[in-house]
Amino acid sequence: MTDTSILSKTDYHTSEQAERLLKKRYRSEARFIFYGRLAIICALLILVTLLSSIFLQGYTSFYQHMAILEFDLKQELVDPQNTGDPEVIAKADYRTIVNNMLREKFPDVTVRRDRKALKDIISSGSDLFVRSAVMADLSLVGTRATIAVPLSDDADSVFKGFIDRTLPEDERRVKDNQLGWLDQLSEEGRIESRFNMTFFQVGDSREPELAGIWGAVVGSALTLVVTLLISFPLGVATAIYLEEFAPKNRWTDLIEVNINNLAAVPSIVFGLLGLAVFLNFFGLPRSAPLVGGLVLALMTLPTIIIASRASLKAVPPSIREGGLGVGASHVQTVFHHVLPLAMPGMMTGTIIGMAQALGETAPLLMIGMVAFIVDVPTGITSPATVLPVQIFIWADSPERAFVAKTGGAIMVLLSFLVIMNLIAVMLRRRFERRW
Amino acid sequence: MFLWIAVALLLIIMGAYYTGRGRAVSSVSGNYTALHSLPSYHGYYVALWAGLPAFILSIIWFFVAPQVLEGIVLSQAPESVTSLPPERLQVFMADVAAIAQGGIPSQVTPEREAAAEIYGSYLSVSNWLMFAVAISLAVAGLTYGRARIRPRLRARNSVESMVNLVLIICSTIAILTTVGIVFSLLFEALRFFARVPFTDFLFGLQWSPQTAIRADQVGGSGEFGAVPIFAGTFLITLIAMFVAVPIGLMSAIYLSDYASNSVRSVVKPILEILAGVPTVVYGFFAALTVAPTLRAWGGSIGLDVASESALAAGLVMGVMIIPFVSSLSDDVINAVPQSLRDASAGLGATNSETIRQVILPAALPGIVGAILLAVSRAIGETMIVVMAAGLAANLTANPLEAVTTVTVQIVTLLVGDQEFDSAKTLAAFALGLTLFAVTLVLNVIALRIVQRYREKYD
Repeated sequence: MTDTSILSKTDYHTSEQAERLLKKRYRSEARFIFYGRLAIICALLILVTLLSSIFLQGYTSFYQHMAILEFDLKQELVDPQNTGDPEVIAKADYRTIVNNMLREKFPDVTVRRDRKALKDIISSGSDLFVRSAVMADLSLVGTRATIAVPLSDDADSVFKGFIDRTLPEDERRVKDNQLGWLDQLSEEGRIESRFNMTFFQVGDSREPELAGIWGAVVGSALTLVVTLLISFPLGVATAIYLEEFAPKNRWTDLIEVNINNLAAVPSIVFGLLGLAVFLNFFGLPRSAPLVGGLVLALMTLPTIIIASRASLKAVPPSIREGGLGVGASHVQTVFHHVLPLAMPGMMTGTIIGMAQALGETAPLLMIGMVAFIVDVPTGITSPATVLPVQIFIWADSPERAFVAKTGGAIMVLLSFLVIMNLIAVMLRRRFERRW
Repeated sequence: MFLWIAVALLLIIMGAYYTGRGRAVSSVSGNYTALHSLPSYHGYYVALWAGLPAFILSIIWFFVAPQVLEGIVLSQAPESVTSLPPERLQVFMADVAAIAQGGIPSQVTPEREAAAEIYGSYLSVSNWLMFAVAISLAVAGLTYGRARIRPRLRARNSVESMVNLVLIICSTIAILTTVGIVFSLLFEALRFFARVPFTDFLFGLQWSPQTAIRADQVGGSGEFGAVPIFAGTFLITLIAMFVAVPIGLMSAIYLSDYASNSVRSVVKPILEILAGVPTVVYGFFAALTVAPTLRAWGGSIGLDVASESALAAGLVMGVMIIPFVSSLSDDVINAVPQSLRDASAGLGATNSETIRQVILPAALPGIVGAILLAVSRAIGETMIVVMAAGLAANLTANPLEAVTTVTVQIVTLLVGDQEFDSAKTLAAFALGLTLFAVTLVLNVIALRIVQRYREKYD
């Protein structure tokens, strides 16, 4: 634009009216710029709010309070025949050992209701922790061993500061007597905050303190492998055909229109397709990564095809002419000369497609991947869930501690997505060529 | 089993490649120029003969064998099983297959176990038979292909036409997907419309899909009038557009016409992050952060905001669509030729006057197309509304109340226990068909508008 200081000089204007008009126009210009900045600041603020609210809700899921307690691993309870056989020891009644420990530690708790409340301050899966400690070191049998067990989710939130002690007792999830026991343990130095390994090692659970994302991560990985194995070859082959071999006729036009429309079909419709065709017609197993991968492959196919075609288009015709000129056949030219040059672009597109598939939830709900699954999946036909669906399941759970788990799982999912996108960006930077 | 077949076939195919190559070389005693095709093409030729028939057979076997096994099991099953109605029989066979293969059946009965034993024994016979047939077919193919190797054999041409065929087959998958979507939706939706008249579905004002599954249950009457659902979808989409269009459009204008290069190179990728966030994350944000905040604000000024208000879902959906609107409008605005801007500036217009009076009118068709694409995105979006919008089908225009959408209903009707074949589950497919049709029409119109607009300035 021209310099405003010259323009606003009065001698350039015939009347005061014109000068006023000019000022008005500049004001409106300034307002317009302000709106533009406002829009961008709004968008950025929303992004910051989104990410920080997730972080604030989720970071507590990465640590966990453990109670370090002394368990009496009596010989007659663990291994009565003194066989030393790990199989016998694995089957021992550790629940009783945990209960004995509580009775010993808090001898004055005798009323039945109080005993129940006392039991509720440590995790209901404590016996499993005692068992694995014993299995790791068989020499502990018959001794008194100090073992760390997780607190229950409610007790854990006391130490994480989510329980307001000033509230009246009946509005609080943790009662006065439980708070007393927890304070006692804490004063004895028996409560310790540790990195929550369980979260990264196990599958889902009904108890928040025992729930982990490993099952969902493995499920996601298996699903993505199926998706990649199907959509990458199919997408690249389709792109090569349409870009390099296809004659221009109605059939190829139809394919092209089709691909563009498929790219815009809502993802849930692919889920309906999977339900009707893969589950009901072909009878494939429900909740399996195989079916999830198939559905996601069909969904990401258009993305990969469009990206691959773009990168094939970017290879200059001189490469093809050069290949044909030295006597290579059409197929040889494409596969020996054009394809290697287009490959980085295709791979970038594929990674972006995979990132999309990793974050997708809706179609997987349709094919039953929303089931409650504790075990870590072992193959592509075993029941599994995936990270986004796990997030959905946890977000629906009433317990406060599951909200934190949801935030934690979202952070893990987002970091996977960030890594995938960074790889895509790096590939593009490293191999991008301007002809 | 399939793994072993695959490994064995792979070994045979590799062997075939080297046999073909070696034979081609020896047939001209090392004088390559006498061959029509390069030796490796002879190798590929024999490998194709060895691999392709066996591969096709395995695929066919994979789909046909379960049907045959089912027939055998049924022919030996007691009267009580064969007289089951078709849907129950399907469940029975699924359980039998699950028991035989070590999966998780829905229930275990003596009949099922007996049938599973028969199924299992025939299954292993079938698998071994398949193994033997596939391997012998591969070996036979290898021998045949090897016998055809001559110096004058046009191996390259044969291999290349095969490659071409494979590429054509791959590219038809896209068509097959569309056909699959259309047929699966249409087929189930037609069964739904056989029970509920089409006009009742499209114009009915009551939606309460809970029907009694068994005769002794008390269920709702099963009303399938979809107008409240369409209205809810429309309301949420409208709210989303009120957020996404101003912010998206203004930021696109600012970034393309005002921002310096350095600002653009920072802000643009950050906006793209919004597009990369999974929708389930937005759903979590809407349900656990935005909705309670709105409710608290509403409460503090005396408004009654539902905890699953349309406003919360719509606002967050709008945020999700911002980068979509902004990158599409950015393309459109950049496609307006520079000469128009220069002419406007030459007449003394300010930047904002140029944008408002020259660029936006010129880019209007493209922007309309972009907004239509964004609308179709919003209509089809699922996770945000499933997590943040309501389930009850209220017919209301008040954004503070809870409404439901097409996608929410599809998910609630199909997730969890379902009796296939009931009007309730079929209704989900009817809704899916409507969704597919509406988004398809929007997309086709939008793409056409955008394309025509591009051609105008190219």
